Amino acid sequence: MAEHATPHHAHEEHHEEGWVKKYLWSTDHKIICFQYMFTGMFMALIGGFFSYVFRMQTAFPGIEVPLYGMVSAAEYNGLITSHGTIMIFWVAMPVLVAAFGNYLIPLMIGCDDMVFPKINRLSYQVFFLSTVVLLSSFFVDGGPFGGAWTAYPPLSANAAWNNTPLGASLWVLAVALEFVAFLLGGINFITTAMNSRAPGMRYTDIPIVVWFIVIASMLFMSSVGPLIAGAVMLFMDQQVGTGFFDPARGGDPVLWQHLFWFFGHPEVYVVLLPAIGITAEIITVFSRKKLFAYRTVLFTAIATGVLSFTVWAHHQFIAGIDPRMAHIFTITTLLISVPIAEMMFVFIATLYGGSITLSTPMLWALAFVGEFLIGGVTGIFLGASGADIYFHDTYFVLAHFHYTFFPIAIIGTYAGVTYWFPKMFGRMMNDTLGKWHFWLTIIPFNFIFIPLFVLGAAGEHRRIYNYQNFPELSGEWFFALRELATVALIIMLLAQVIFFVNVYISLRSGKKAGKNPFRANTLEWQAESPPPHGNFAELPTVYRGPYEYSVPGRAEDYWPQNAPT
Amino acid sequence: MIERWVVQGSTYAADIDGIIWLIAVLVGFWFLVAEGVFFWLIVKFRARDGQRAQYITGEEAKQKRFIAWPHYLVLVCDVFIVVGAVRVWVEVKQSLPSEAEAQRVRVISQQWAWSFVHPGADGKLESADDIRTVDELHIEVGQKYIYELESRDVLHSFSVPVFRLKQDAVPGRVITGWFEATVTGTYDIQCVEICGIGHGMMAARIVIESPEQHAAWIASHSAAQLAARTR
Amino acid sequence: MRPIATTRSAAGIPTGLLAVWWVLASEIVIFGGLLGSYIMYRLAHDAWAEQAAATNVWIGAFNTFVLLTSSLTAVLAHQAAERGDGKLAAKRLYYTCIGAATFIVVKAFEWTTEIQHGFTITSNTFWSFYYTAAGLHALHVIAGAILMLFVAADAKKGRELHRVELIGIYWHFVDIVWIFLFPLLYIAK
Repeated sequence: MAEHATPHHAHEEHHEEGWVKKYLWSTDHKIICFQYMFTGMFMALIGGFFSYVFRMQTAFPGIEVPLYGMVSAAEYNGLITSHGTIMIFWVAMPVLVAAFGNYLIPLMIGCDDMVFPKINRLSYQVFFLSTVVLLSSFFVDGGPFGGAWTAYPPLSANAAWNNTPLGASLWVLAVALEFVAFLLGGINFITTAMNSRAPGMRYTDIPIVVWFIVIASMLFMSSVGPLIAGAVMLFMDQQVGTGFFDPARGGDPVLWQHLFWFFGHPEVYVVLLPAIGITAEIITVFSRKKLFAYRTVLFTAIATGVLSFTVWAHHQFIAGIDPRMAHIFTITTLLISVPIAEMMFVFIATLYGGSITLSTPMLWALAFVGEFLIGGVTGIFLGASGADIYFHDTYFVLAHFHYTFFPIAIIGTYAGVTYWFPKMFGRMMNDTLGKWHFWLTIIPFNFIFIPLFVLGAAGEHRRIYNYQNFPELSGEWFFALRELATVALIIMLLAQVIFFVNVYISLRSGKKAGKNPFRANTLEWQAESPPPHGNFAELPTVYRGPYEYSVPGRAEDYWPQNAPT
Repeated sequence: MIERWVVQGSTYAADIDGIIWLIAVLVGFWFLVAEGVFFWLIVKFRARDGQRAQYITGEEAKQKRFIAWPHYLVLVCDVFIVVGAVRVWVEVKQSLPSEAEAQRVRVISQQWAWSFVHPGADGKLESADDIRTVDELHIEVGQKYIYELESRDVLHSFSVPVFRLKQDAVPGRVITGWFEATVTGTYDIQCVEICGIGHGMMAARIVIESPEQHAAWIASHSAAQLAARTR
Repeated sequence: MRPIATTRSAAGIPTGLLAVWWVLASEIVIFGGLLGSYIMYRLAHDAWAEQAAATNVWIGAFNTFVLLTSSLTAVLAHQAAERGDGKLAAKRLYYTCIGAATFIVVKAFEWTTEIQHGFTITSNTFWSFYYTAAGLHALHVIAGAILMLFVAADAKKGRELHRVELIGIYWHFVDIVWIFLFPLLYIAK
């Protein structure tokens, strides 16, 4: 345990902390970050394994999948449901929002912890509970819920239809608990960022990643409510026998869809914004350039957040809503592509005139931009109502959202981890392994999902365990493309071993990182690597914005925020 | 573009393919420009010994232009796309042929099969000579149809790729829409809303027949004919 | 011990206040979603008027009065806390809790009677909403009262007096939700 004599730390009477208190019961935001991060990564392994299993079944129907066995139709539905649910709620959210939010916010605004450390700890504990509840659903009678991560009733509301009486309710419970955990976490992020900034740090001196995580938290807190209400109603339909979503009892299945997507759409921006924020930090550091048009970036993020409340029914164009409503949602959906496009343009503009080093974090950050562009443009096909009639529920949709979610959850995470690893652990990561890992992830990634765009355009619909039942989708080249995607997935999954090996050997024998190995401006790089409990030997004062790189007339090409001159 | 892989089998299939093509051209253009500039900048501004990066805030108007102009152009493209999409949407989802020119057909979805009710020789549904089938929909090419889509249990969704048509089936409601086939042949019908364990088995076929073939099919399903076959 | 982060106030608003407002923002959308759904269903189902006729508007009105009074005592508690009088603030918070308890007890009797008359949570979707919405509200009343007891215990010792205002704000929110529920579930017949 670090001992630090500092006049600013009124609470420092240090005693040897037991392992349990230090790692399991800690209120330190950095430890809570690791708790969320490791849980999220563990769940990613599970979600990734599931994708391997169901892709094997799709590409080679009836095969006995190595490490799993035969995949029944019911299990297939359970696997795809769990994959989607896990990746969004138990990987993207905890890693991008909770882990990076917890780590970066206090450090980057120059304070010693979150304002409500005990609530912070509670948020992880609730999250951990939600994880246990979800995982338990795999072991109950009937198996895990298999009605897709969107859980549309009446299928999800009635065990007579879904055959997973316990799994369906455990799923709802787990998701509801996860929401509570993030509401608790969000309170900390927002209030800490608003109130605990270092002296001198104006709103426009806050690093973009902090702003974006805070905006994401605000978005989450203002949008999840209706779905919590919906989850309560769904749970009651399942367990108490109410008929909120049962047409025979005056209920409406489409109501769930509205409640779900009213949250579901802002949710994608909740996870997107932190990833974009991480990308922004890395691009500025490794091109030694000020972020282009900081204020514009901020306004577009806020605009995106506000607009995200107006687009939800583009998921429901053909769901039986009044067809006239489709016009409104096509317009709002296409409109929302504009601020996001603008953000991508800003990153590209930041590269102009830069001095670019293609370090591993920079490779990931650039890959985010390059790949997310594909996700973004393919969304237009789906937001345009007339085109969506054809594309709805095809693999085109799936490929679109993997070209957005994969950059968000996977590329964004690796970007952030490879960048802040030296700060978190005091050691540099191995750059060679890092680059091998990068290329062996990115290249196969494209070979998984480009075939799926083609298959979707050729009519292949989603959530089908055996395309041999559909003559028009059983042709040789259809299966060839499915096999290509599946082989690429296997290569990509195996490549992740390189990352874990890198983490292991770097932790044990990586080069010791100093405070600021990348010569960055933001405050976290002014603390020790790793920062002790309390973060800073002396809490910093801020004199300028976070992106004063390559300022003309200065000897160094960077200018930390807390340097007096 | 879609027609490379899937036959255009309805009167509106070409329009749907057309809006998809328009979007592909416009977003394809922007995509290539953005990625092109992106990669060019990465190469052009690689770190070089002794050379420092420039200090550009992006706050001055002449710098902001480079973001503002593309973003206004994107907006203009969006307008074209919206207009195109709305026109197709109105054609497919907000119009119905008149009763006089259309036949009706009922599409019933359930866990896990499709059943169809066709009007018999009298051309009317809900009459004694209606023909009920499972997993096979028989229609006449060049004839407008109004479909009445129902579900007996959970959400399903009626999808005919050659028509480019999709419509969710909601229990407790009858949802109507229309189509008119332009080619003959037998094609896939899919269920495109996950509906339980058997969702992947919910395949049906649409049999699009010439007027003579269709008349013959109806005739072979008259009560007398069926009785003869079941003796 | 509290981190230094808690002592700062860069936005000029006390941290606890910021936190409570954000909690309320998220709660408003939860109840908003539930009540919005109820209103849409109610408009679509005229037959629900028959069911709604069986709610007892007098009990509802009494409970409304109880909650409003308890909000008043919460305000008075805040005033006492502002003056530094922790003991008085605690006493007034206890009155608020008594109001909460009264509310719950009355509701228990109300629901028991209704259930005995056959109006259960599954008998009709109107009643499903009735019990779910009022039930969720009641859970918030109970949770709020429990938190209030903790705040009062501290206030009595002269500690954390700023929390009297915070729990008061939460209590007003609970009150306002009921102000929406009362007409929607009781008065609209």
